[in-house]
Amino acid sequence: MINNIVKKEFKELFTLSTFLPIAVIAVVFGYVGHTVGNVGEAMQQKPVIGIVDRDKGEFSGIATSVVAHGAEVIYSGDDVDEGLREAREKSGTAVLVISEHFSEDIGAGQPGKIEIYWIMRGAGIMDSVSSGTLERLIEEMNREISESLIREGGSSDASLVLNPTTRFETTFFKGKKIVGLSPSILSNMLMSQSVAIPIVIMMLIILAGTSVISSMGLEKENKTLETLLTLPVKRNQIVLGKIIGSALVGMILAAIYMMGFSRYMKAFQLGDINLAQFGLDLGVTDYVLVGISLFVALLAELSLCIVLGTFAKNYRSAQALVFPITVLAMLSMFVTMLKDFDTVPVALRIFVFAIPFSHAMMAMRALMLDNYPLVLAGIAYAAAFTAIMVLVAVRVFNSDRLIIGSGVAKTVGDGFVARLLAGR
Amino acid sequence: MKAVEVRELVKDYGKLRALKGISFEVEEGETFGLIGPNGAGKTTALRVIATLLQITSGSVSVFGYTLPKEAGEIRKIISYLPEEAGAYKNLTGMEYLRFIAKFFGEGQKFRDMLRRGVEIANLGERINDKVDTYSKGMTRRLLVGRALMTNPRLAILDEPTSGLDVVNAQEVRKLINTAVQSGTTVLLSSHNMLEVELLCHRIALINDGIIIAIGTAEELKSRFSARNIEEAFVKAIT
Repeated sequence: MINNIVKKEFKELFTLSTFLPIAVIAVVFGYVGHTVGNVGEAMQQKPVIGIVDRDKGEFSGIATSVVAHGAEVIYSGDDVDEGLREAREKSGTAVLVISEHFSEDIGAGQPGKIEIYWIMRGAGIMDSVSSGTLERLIEEMNREISESLIREGGSSDASLVLNPTTRFETTFFKGKKIVGLSPSILSNMLMSQSVAIPIVIMMLIILAGTSVISSMGLEKENKTLETLLTLPVKRNQIVLGKIIGSALVGMILAAIYMMGFSRYMKAFQLGDINLAQFGLDLGVTDYVLVGISLFVALLAELSLCIVLGTFAKNYRSAQALVFPITVLAMLSMFVTMLKDFDTVPVALRIFVFAIPFSHAMMAMRALMLDNYPLVLAGIAYAAAFTAIMVLVAVRVFNSDRLIIGSGVAKTVGDGFVARLLAGR
Repeated sequence: MKAVEVRELVKDYGKLRALKGISFEVEEGETFGLIGPNGAGKTTALRVIATLLQITSGSVSVFGYTLPKEAGEIRKIISYLPEEAGAYKNLTGMEYLRFIAKFFGEGQKFRDMLRRGVEIANLGERINDKVDTYSKGMTRRLLVGRALMTNPRLAILDEPTSGLDVVNAQEVRKLINTAVQSGTTVLLSSHNMLEVELLCHRIALINDGIIIAIGTAEELKSRFSARNIEEAFVKAIT
């Protein structure tokens, strides 16, 4: 008996429409994980660096040998510009410049000066792994120098022994020269300013998408759709009305969510950061672009949802149709947080770009770095995507699909079902 | 002018042919009934005329407007009541009528329409309650009010009394008769032969996508030597 029920339940629940989205998502997540990479593996890799030793003394010798042991040195010479060029060409992380009187200063009780010219490619979590590895190497270098000072008894200054070097950092990032900040600090600053955006957009996408797909499901379940489609109103107005109505609901819900979330995020902020001094602030035009980007992303998503909604048979099946949208929103959010768009592999970049609401998640950080082409291309793409989806939706609304669905049995009335039940 | 002209209408759902070239006309001001068993093609025919489904072949016109080219014009003069239709559950009955009336007029016309809808629905104070709280009969009365408040030139009613008790069904029939008296042409479908005999000036018997016979109730009974329409229908299909 129980076998019979299990068999029936399995057949009812394990359909192509439940299996396929999960299978596709599993493949996509697997691919993203594979392409974005593994933090552990990335930390094992030696950072690629250039060294300019202007001192060539005892302590600079210790410094260069420690660094040479833990890093792949692709330039070792006297010309910083040449070192930077080499490092850029060979995907290097930084060029270390040991100052002229490095050993002499340490010997005289002053911290030795090291200039670090960082080459930062992205501000995502995964992008700062190599700079983090080099920072640990510099810590190791300091420790070696400290041990040498202790062994030789050359200094009684505890402060110098604990911190034998001092750093002067310059970071080159997306064409900007940012003096006084390392990639990890810069990355943290950018993250603290823009990390909330992908999360809130993800929520907005899910909430608004759920509204529009559910609205289609409810129209079918409550049997109101047939009436709506015979009213003297154009199909494109029905489609746009549903999109705008759902966008409003989604935005209200997202605003409520954002109020709570922004208070939550404040707990993680270190304090007020003035990004303007590093040329990383947003102007009025930038905020307008962020707004436009968000608006078109929402329209694109909702127009996609309304097409998906035409497949909903009722409210329950509508909820299942939200799932792919949820996954795409989460995927966009994770990729945006883990990596900069420029630093992900080309195939993944194409995939992420093709998700019409991913651009809004990237917009704020991209504008901080003056990456206008990415934001404008995202807006243009999302607008074109919306137009195409609205046309598809209007076409579906003009076809038989909404009324008869995909099953022929549904089209011939309930009589067939009644006869089937009578036969039972 | 003919209210409805259907010529050689064929409707396919994939490989299934639901309508196999049906033809009929509905005169302005009359009540015309399509009767037949489940799966005969009644709903499909009404959905095509109501601009919901595409035509596979043949032609359909409503008050001179042809499908599919002039579907927009047809929607302005028809009112379609689907079988087992519902209303938006989070709206009150009044809000629902207001929502529909806004598509058909504004100002005084809108107010008159709304008043008529409330009158026809006859739900009393409950008109201000959410549709979610209505019984099946109340919802149907609201929907009939919605369908007839616009004074449509053609009301297309699919099984208008389906699922209603005797009292509610009789009330709905009265409302349909009143609408016809005020000039509305009615095209309805039913498998309740008695109801069709009571309401319709002319009847088309439809079975398996084919119209078997058309005429008044008396004509059909006489043609098939039957005591009632039900018997005439059974004789017609055997």
